[in-house]
Amino acid sequence: MNRLLPFIGFALIVALLAFGIHWNRSHDMNWVPSPLIDKPAPEFTLPLLYEPTKTVARQDLLGKPWLLNVFGSWCVTCQDEHPVLMAYAKKLGVPLIGMDWKDDPDTAKRWLAQFGNPYDTIIVDENGKAGIDFGVYGAPETYLVDAQGVIRYKHIGNLTPDIIARELKPAIARLGKEAP
Amino acid sequence: MKRIALIVAILIVGLHAAFAIDPLPFKDRAEEVRFQNLTRQLRCLVCQNQDLADSDADLAKDLRRQVFEMMQSGKSDDQIKQYLVSRYNDFVLYDPPMHAGTWLLWFGPFAFVLIGAGVLWRILRNRARQPLIVANSEEDW
Repeated sequence: MNRLLPFIGFALIVALLAFGIHWNRSHDMNWVPSPLIDKPAPEFTLPLLYEPTKTVARQDLLGKPWLLNVFGSWCVTCQDEHPVLMAYAKKLGVPLIGMDWKDDPDTAKRWLAQFGNPYDTIIVDENGKAGIDFGVYGAPETYLVDAQGVIRYKHIGNLTPDIIARELKPAIARLGKEAP
Repeated sequence: MKRIALIVAILIVGLHAAFAIDPLPFKDRAEEVRFQNLTRQLRCLVCQNQDLADSDADLAKDLRRQVFEMMQSGKSDDQIKQYLVSRYNDFVLYDPPMHAGTWLLWFGPFAFVLIGAGVLWRILRNRARQPLIVANSEEDW
């Protein structure tokens, strides 16, 4: 038994390192869990992209769930995500609000004219403050906000059909069940 | 000697320039030192191995400005840290706070030291006993 002890120790270390490799491969190391899940969405009042004189505030969106997608015309991954939004936005059953984050509105309009507009409403956060309040650190990011204005789900990075099917749709369905 | 002094002077100036990625209107040196100190304790979320003071990421610039504005409005370092933690998690702090989720992080190393000490103690105790047996067996041989 004593002779085996070093081998057992070695095997344990190998197992630990193998677990480490496995963990790193199956997790996005840049992913930071948001402390805002199940907390009220931050206050904001932002102008509309296509009608800059009008604004949308957090209060205006209370009463039914909505989806916030933070994007920017400068954001390469947003371009990857864009066709997915075009295909799925109308099938999700909740309004999709785009937040044009740290972007020039005119460039954003050109970007949308070129690739299409999947959003029901687009608000502009030109200086990026509202995005920071939401804890955005890498566009695209997507937030599901419920009828009470509470953030229920967040996805960092581009939405894919797989993530929509596995995470976003079930999260939306859970909101539907809660509604009276 | 003069040359060395010159090189040192250039290095100091160069170092200083490296700190000031985006010039902020500090009212005095103390405020600037406080700002540098604070942003050194905060992690940039875009390039996660850099602190907020060093990062050239766009978001880091915005967050530096935010930190600066909060300092101007008289917020304490703790309040500013809390502002960032409430949005970006404890992860923004290079020094993780102690709570249930970070006990392993804080005490794990000590646990390993204790385990190691236990193993060492056992080995040494066994060794202390063994020489007698070895000596005996050598005699037999």
